[in-house]
Amino acid sequence: MNGTSMPVAEQRIEWAPPARGRVGMSALIAAEAAIFTIFVVAYLFYVGKSLTGPMPKDVLSVPVFYTICLLSSSLTIHLAAKALRRGSVRSFGIFWFVTIVLGAAFLCGTAAEWHRLIYQEGLTISTNLFGTTYYSLVGLHGFHVVVGLLSLSLVMALTLLGHVRSEHAERVDVLSLYWHFVDAVWIVVFTVVYVIGR
Amino acid sequence: MSTDAIAMPGTELASRPIVARLHEWVVTVDHKRLGILYIIYALVFLVIAGIEATVIRIQLIRPHNNFVSPQVFNRLFTMHGTTMIFFVAMPVLFGFANYLIPLMIGARDMAFPRLNAFSFWMTAFGGLLLYFSLVGANGLYGAGNAPDVGWFAYAPLTSQTFSVGHSTDFWTLALLVSGFGSIGTAINIVATVLCMRCPGMTLAKMPLFAWLNLVMAGLVILAVSPLTAAQIMLLVDRYLGGHFFDTQAGGSAVIWMHFFWIFGHPEVYVLILPAFAFASEIIPVFSRKPIFGYSVMVGATVAIGFISMSVWAHHMFTVGMGANANTFFVLSTMAIAVPTGIKIFNWLATMWGGKIEFKTPMLFCVAFLFQFLVAGLTGVMLSAAPFDWQLGNSYFVVAHFHYVIVGGILFSLFGAFYYWFPKMSGMMYSETLGKLHFWLFLVGFHLTFDFMHIPGLLGMPRRIYTYEPGRGWDIWNLIVTVGVFFQALGILIFVANLLWSYFRGTVAGHDPWDAWTLEWSTTSPPPVYNFASIPAVKSRRPLWDLKHPNDPDWNYE
Repeated sequence: MNGTSMPVAEQRIEWAPPARGRVGMSALIAAEAAIFTIFVVAYLFYVGKSLTGPMPKDVLSVPVFYTICLLSSSLTIHLAAKALRRGSVRSFGIFWFVTIVLGAAFLCGTAAEWHRLIYQEGLTISTNLFGTTYYSLVGLHGFHVVVGLLSLSLVMALTLLGHVRSEHAERVDVLSLYWHFVDAVWIVVFTVVYVIGR
Repeated sequence: MSTDAIAMPGTELASRPIVARLHEWVVTVDHKRLGILYIIYALVFLVIAGIEATVIRIQLIRPHNNFVSPQVFNRLFTMHGTTMIFFVAMPVLFGFANYLIPLMIGARDMAFPRLNAFSFWMTAFGGLLLYFSLVGANGLYGAGNAPDVGWFAYAPLTSQTFSVGHSTDFWTLALLVSGFGSIGTAINIVATVLCMRCPGMTLAKMPLFAWLNLVMAGLVILAVSPLTAAQIMLLVDRYLGGHFFDTQAGGSAVIWMHFFWIFGHPEVYVLILPAFAFASEIIPVFSRKPIFGYSVMVGATVAIGFISMSVWAHHMFTVGMGANANTFFVLSTMAIAVPTGIKIFNWLATMWGGKIEFKTPMLFCVAFLFQFLVAGLTGVMLSAAPFDWQLGNSYFVVAHFHYVIVGGILFSLFGAFYYWFPKMSGMMYSETLGKLHFWLFLVGFHLTFDFMHIPGLLGMPRRIYTYEPGRGWDIWNLIVTVGVFFQALGILIFVANLLWSYFRGTVAGHDPWDAWTLEWSTTSPPPVYNFASIPAVKSRRPLWDLKHPNDPDWNYE
């Protein structure tokens, strides 16, 4: 035996392990889901335990329009990825841009709501337990939207510079997985904060 | 010394200036170099945290001792626990996983080499951040320098009111930062094991080492993330005036316990699964038999992974959770002993009828088997809630979990060090010094941790600074402390053995153990690209097939 003797295939083996980008992103999503789970559990545990006001039923209004914006961005990013797989970079760019606009609109909605809560209702993160859990959970989700938007904008810039081609469809798919996750988390946060918690 | 020790593959590099060689180590994305960086980093912290443990034991050697002040004592046990778990055990196990997994599955690197480097440096800076508290956390108002809130940092000790100054902030940030590193490495391990296997290596043909580390990485993803979330909440409380753990505003101190132990108990399995992985590779090779019950081993590992997520509150029986919660966690904790017991039987059955060679790695693995069994048995004792009410937070608990971590994990880890040292360095260690290390450490371990159970049974609580004479604790504490010096001597011999063998040892060759997994088919140390051509496998023991073409394993699997 010497150092170079190595088991090698005599004939070709059919071998197609899963794509590492997809597996890596799924693992990241699992980790993020665990983080959100803890924040959601804390939110639910503390519902109705604030000792002082303002209480959620007095100050929260359901953000229907912005929720529709964010959720429909899942559809547009899906269409964008599909267009790129077909090889149509142009319609990819258009759908991708619409996705960014919808995500940004959602953030504007959150900003407006926070502005109203802070300046009109006097609710900050240190006001009471509701404030602490509300700003933490919604803020953590908003932070993920920001990270998603930055990544999407990077791809947008590369598209405008002409660097994105149909062979990048797999990578765009991986990024869109993350964006779908951010949307799915909003469904949970929405249910917890605006339906159960109110 | 360390700069020479890390410049391993070095003949062609030897003439280059030392700064250039170090620079290559700083910017490297090679899984073998990152693995060695992880291991060296962990060994440095092992010495630091070991010194902390020694000082703790000197303080407790006799009643009314005054070796350190009570404040320093609190900082010592906090830093000892935090360092050992987050900056010794996890990095060293990640280091071995990093180094060995690509070699074992026939890959040239991890799935994401740059993420790998990022994760290592996050962990490294996390450790530096923790120890920077000695400089950066001002000791105003008597709050101390190093963190002093215990390694699980229960609320409300961590609130601004009770922890003035910045020591707790350094603790939180260090764990947060190193947590990001751990999650990054775990994602990398999952992607590597699932996506980078060489042709023919189906999941059922992977070395058990890869399987166990896959489950370990899954646990890190699901368990370290809750810790990250809890640390974010603590930061919100401390910096933004939040009320998560503020009982004055309706918050709950108990929910911190839940969040911490949802991390804390799976963490034990994060640490022990790689120890199982080492034993599962070493025991078959030195018994000259394939592992007994491969598929059952995999099944038991996955079962441990699942059950370990549902046992955390057995750390909280003394809190008073109510009968239903207590019953659930008693039963789930006892249930996890079943798959663990299956593993122990499988290792014994692997040795049974084998041609056992008691080389140093095998000695450590045999000791691991028996000590881990005892640790598991005291664990089952403590899982009974009434027993835990009596002995929770006593030295019995301290003895139990040190039996797991030292008697189980560290012994298996020493076995791994001796077993793979020839592969990593290309040099053979000294068997005499290795055996001397084993016996010294074995005697020291049993002096310290066998006898530590007794003061616990006699009612000595953990984390006390000193104690009254005449409670029957004195002689046991003396024996426990004496054992520490045997262990320290053993560690010194271990380090001396590695250094001496690296510089003066004999060349090991690529396959000194006549082993069967792919890492032994390449040179020692392996080239940067690992394998000149990507191997292909047809069974769980590819090198056995190669060495015995007339009787290959794939006839039987």
